[in-house]
Parts: sequence; C-alpha cells; structure tokens
Amino acid sequence: MPFLELHGVGRTLTRLDDRPLTILSGIDLSIEQGDRISVVGRSGSGKSTLLNLLGLLDSPTEGEIRLEGLDVSQFSNRRRDLTRGRDIGFVFQQFNLLHGRTALENVSTPLLYERGATFWKRTAIAAEMLERVGLGNRLSSTPVQLSGGEQQRVAVARALVRRPRLILADEPTGALDIETGETVMALLDEIATASNAALVTITHDPSIAARAHRQYTLEDGGLIARDLITPDLISRGPVTRAKLSGCNS
Amino acid sequence: MTGLLAACVGSVIEAWTELRVHRTRVLLSLIGVAVAVCSLTSVVALGDIAQQATIESSERSNGRPAALSLSLQSQDDQPTDDALVQTAWTEALTRYDVTFASRIIPRQVDVQFVDGVAAVTSTMVDPAYGAMHRVSPEHGRWFTATDINRLAPAVIIDERLWARLGSPDLALNPTISLFGVNPVTAVVVGIVKSPPYNLEPTMFMLNAAYSRIESTLQAATVQPAHPAYELWVPPENAADLMTHLQSDFTATLGEGTIVSVNRQDYAAYGQDPNLSLKLLVSGVSVLLLLLGALGLLNISLVTIRQRIQEIGIRRSFGATAARVFFAVMMESVVATVAAGIVGVMLSMLLVKSPWATDLVSQGATDLPPFPLEAAVLGLGIATLVGALAGLLPALVAVRVKVIDAIRY
Ligand SMILES: Nc1ncnc2c1ncn2[C@@H]1O[C@H](COP(=O)(O)OP(=O)(O)O)[C@@H](O)[C@H]1O
Ligand SMILES: [Mg+2]
Repeated sequence: MPFLELHGVGRTLTRLDDRPLTILSGIDLSIEQGDRISVVGRSGSGKSTLLNLLGLLDSPTEGEIRLEGLDVSQFSNRRRDLTRGRDIGFVFQQFNLLHGRTALENVSTPLLYERGATFWKRTAIAAEMLERVGLGNRLSSTPVQLSGGEQQRVAVARALVRRPRLILADEPTGALDIETGETVMALLDEIATASNAALVTITHDPSIAARAHRQYTLEDGGLIARDLITPDLISRGPVTRAKLSGCNS
Repeated sequence: MTGLLAACVGSVIEAWTELRVHRTRVLLSLIGVAVAVCSLTSVVALGDIAQQATIESSERSNGRPAALSLSLQSQDDQPTDDALVQTAWTEALTRYDVTFASRIIPRQVDVQFVDGVAAVTSTMVDPAYGAMHRVSPEHGRWFTATDINRLAPAVIIDERLWARLGSPDLALNPTISLFGVNPVTAVVVGIVKSPPYNLEPTMFMLNAAYSRIESTLQAATVQPAHPAYELWVPPENAADLMTHLQSDFTATLGEGTIVSVNRQDYAAYGQDPNLSLKLLVSGVSVLLLLLGALGLLNISLVTIRQRIQEIGIRRSFGATAARVFFAVMMESVVATVAAGIVGVMLSMLLVKSPWATDLVSQGATDLPPFPLEAAVLGLGIATLVGALAGLLPALVAVRVKVIDAIRY
C-alpha cells in the first residue's frame, strides 16, 4: 500500500473579491516508501500549495488524500498534527530556523513533541543528527553565525531527526549557490535512502529535478509526468492533461 | 502518563527557551510584576505581623479575650465600703467559678533611692494578673501564690526601675527600700519590659502584700484607691456573666453605687485598626500588578505577530494546537512565577528588615516569622497574573494558519 495517495485532488481559494481561484485540480499522485519525486513549475503555479496538501498542512477542496489507505479528511486536527510530526519532515527554501536558538536547539525542537526515551535523550539524538550532516562542530552556533548552506543543513537535520517516512522539500536549494545546493541535495538523498523515506522535492533547477526517479511538471493546476510531455501533447492543449496525469501511476 | 510528563516538561522547556531569546523585553515588563508581588506580599506579611503585635500589646494592656472589667462609682461621692465590695468580689468568683481574676489598684509608692526618695507608679495586682495580661518577665519570674505570705513583700519592677537600681543580678536577691514611717524592704523577683506609654519607672506588687505593709509604712501621701476588677472568662460566657455580675454587685452594694461591667479585650472591638491602610496598599499593589500584567500582555501581543512564522514552523513539525496554546501560556506563567519568586524574596528581606520590624512591632516582644500564607499568596497571584496575561496571546497563537505563517 502506498504511503500517501492523492485522488483527483483540487484546491480552490475564495479571493477577497469572492471570486474563486482554482490553484490545483484533478491531481492524482501516489507516493511509496523510498520514492524520489520532483516537481517543477513556474512561480505561482501552485507547487507550495501542493506541498502543503501533501504535508497535511492544508485540506483539498475536492478529491481525497489517503494516508496508508485512510482518508485524511476524517482525521481530527490533533491526529493530523501528530501524524505530521511523526511521519513528515519539511525543508523550506528560506530554511525557517528558529531565531536566536542554537543549531542543537533547532534540531532538538521537533523531539520536544516526542515522548519516552526519545524525548529525554533528545539532545544526544539531535547532536548525532548534526554530526551526520557534517555540523558536529557547530552545535552551539545560532543561525546568524552560520552560512546559508550550513543553515540548510541544520534544517535538513531538523526535518529528519524524527525519522519521517516522507520528506517534503520546497525549493531547498533556492537560496543556495549551485555547488552548495548539490551538497545539500546529496545529503538529503543519502539520509532519505538510509531510512527508506520518500522524498518529494520542489525545484526550479533542472539538474536537481533530474535526480528524482519520477519527475513532474505543474502547469495550469495539473500535474504532468515529465516523460509524458511530448510536442504532440502540447498541441492538444490543456483539456486532457488531468486525464494524462492520472494514467501515470 | 509518560507522554503527559514529556509534554509538560517539553512545554516548560519551550517556554524557557523562548523567554531566554526575548529576555530584554520580558525583563522590562516583569519588573512591574515583581514589584507588585513584593508590595502585595509585604502588605499581607506586615499586616499579619502587625496584627499579631497589636493583639499581643492589646492583651498586655487590656487582657486576653474575654476580659471583663468591673468598676464601681458611688453616686454621692461617699467612698464605697471596701469590706462589702471585697465580700461581693470573693462571692462572685466562687459562685461563677472564675479562676483568673485580679483586683488592680494603681498607687504611688515612695521608694528610697541612693539619691533620695521618689514616688514610683505601682500597680497592685493578684497573681492571676500575669496570665491574664500575658506578662512575661524579661528576667526572674511573675508572682506565685506563695508570694502572698512572704514576710518581705515581693515586687516585680520594670526595666527603667531596674536600671535606676544599677541593674543588679536577680540571683543575688536584690531588694528595694519602700519609704514610710517604718521603711519596708521588698525583694525584687522579676523584671518586666517598661510599658511603651510610660516614661517613669513602674512596678507591680501583690494586693495582699501591700495591705499588710500599708499600716507599717504609714505613707505620708495616702491617695484614694480606685480599684478595677478584672476577670478572664470564656468568651462564650462573657455576655451572661456581665449581666449577672452587674445585678449581683448592685444587689450587694445598693442603689447608691453605679456598677459597670465592660468587656475590654481587642476581640470585643472586632475591627482591625490597620484595615484602611492595608486596603489602600493592597489596592495600589493590585493596580501595579494589573499594570505589570498589561505590559506583559501588550508585549506578548506585539511580539506574537513577529512569532507567527515561528509558530507556523513549530506546527509544521508536529506541534498540536493544544501544545502551542500551552507553550505560549507557559511563557507568561514561567516569567511571572520567576518574577513572583523575586518579589517574595524581596518582600522577605523588606519585612524582616529592622526598619519594618520597628514600624509594626509596637513593642511586642517576639514577632512571628514571615507568614507562609503571604509567600504562598504572592506566588499564587504571580501565577494567576501570568496565566491571565498569557491567555490572549495563546488564543492568538492557536489561530495562526500554518500555511500563511510559512509562506512569504
Ligand atoms: N492564501 C492565498 N491567498 C491568495 N492567493 C494565494 C494564496 N495561496 C496561494 N495563492 C496563489 O496561488 C498560486 C499558487 O501559489 P503557490 O502554491 O505558493 O505557488 P508556487 O509555490 O508554485 O510559487 C499563486 O498565484 C498564489 O498567489
Ligand atoms: Mg512556492
């Protein structure tokens, strides 16, 4: 059974002037353990909106999302939060580290929501995770004392410290130079592989996108598998895209 | 169970880290809370101590509850028949089974000092007076029944008189010479604190002893004695006893004598004399506390806007709404409790300082320790203020929409 499935998922916003704005529609996607998925798309195409849906931060206005076969819309808010904390890790473009707190504190914060031994040993676990991302010597540095690449590595350590089954990275290299970006991606890949987690990366960068096994483009609210995009398809126009994106899984 | 403990400890850790990061802003608003808690705690503590001291000093001068005082005044200015009064008094004590009772007769007694004779304000009492008025001698002892039959009368003198005698050691049985036609030597058996309202030396002597030596002395100045009769009775019987004494004495002494029986202990007055001062200072403290809380609330509300992103980030890695609510609330509580501890400690220093002790002691001998209730009250109020000031920001925090918080 796939870890996460999207069936005909759409997201429509009501704008301030009461006119509806459809950001996503008819999205089908299935994410298995160990998957490497990339999504590219123009700015404003709805990539972050999609990621928020995958991360249970947002709810679809149509279709359904199933987590291990269970309809997520039936979950209580608390259960969504707990599930997200336990099974899903986020890496953001702007790192989103907690200001004024050391690398060690940043990485151990998710473990504050753990219980039992993991809770009590959180500092040791966090230190070990920072060691793995190569920051074993920067445990007590605060974000302002770290370079962009180092900050993103702290963020990666923080996203992975609870050993999530799904890692969602929203333009993780967007604020880094090419070389540093490659290092961070290699790190994400490596740690995800080690725990057999699925990794969904949103990116502008074709070379980052190319690292994934399954590559998608988000366009006009629909998700299109890259290998299906042919000149022939483009000439047929957007009407059939939703259907096509449905047949790939 | 372990999950709950982890959640609680986790929330406090989150709150503490948060406070550490924003320490300057938090510190400023907490000064107000600490000062307010300090003043509230001090008012309660000082009030408590002052009340204790008032009770003590009131019991010293007026007797312990219920203290009844009986006074007699003849209408036609004829002296009352002492023997008749004495009979009525003894009968009354037997009839109503009153164990603690004393006649109190103020007299001037001439005392021979090295530099001449001086009149000393003396109080003639019965042995029970000591217990009734909580007299605790600084040195030596109070009268006992055996003192009644001593050949050389026993006296208990105050510190001023003692100093005037050159502060002799009581173990050496110092004496004083009572001046008269035939001087009488009295033995000092105890030293008491000087009453705060009297600047002259004073002393106590037993009624029985004085009546025996009165004729020997044949003192030059014979003053009319105005005895007061005091009884220490159970408060619940006081009212009944007052009516009975009134009618008994009137019956014995006849219509010519006005008998009045009064209750004179502090409990009969009810109201705390410091009440209005206490209310005033408490009012000001509460105001201060509200201001401190308002400052804290204001700062948390302003900064919560800047922290929306941070709360969103926390939500993104699994913080539940309840957890966010509790953590933000705890920030406030942890902060005010810390301020409360500082306030209570300051208050302890203040209340136990010599300056404050002088202010409230009113000559009371042993002041009670810092009242525990005051400390508990101070901390309790600090916690409450923290919870109240934390409520609004916590409500704002849980309403943060995660997706809005992490998009930019
Ligand atoms: N809360 C919102 N209010 C109004 N418009 C929104 C909101 N969220 C997203 N949008 C719009 O939806 C579109 C997709 O946004 P987003 O998913 O952030 O795009 P991407 O991440 O691909 O740049 C954008 O046009 C954006 O302006
Ligand atoms: Mg985006």
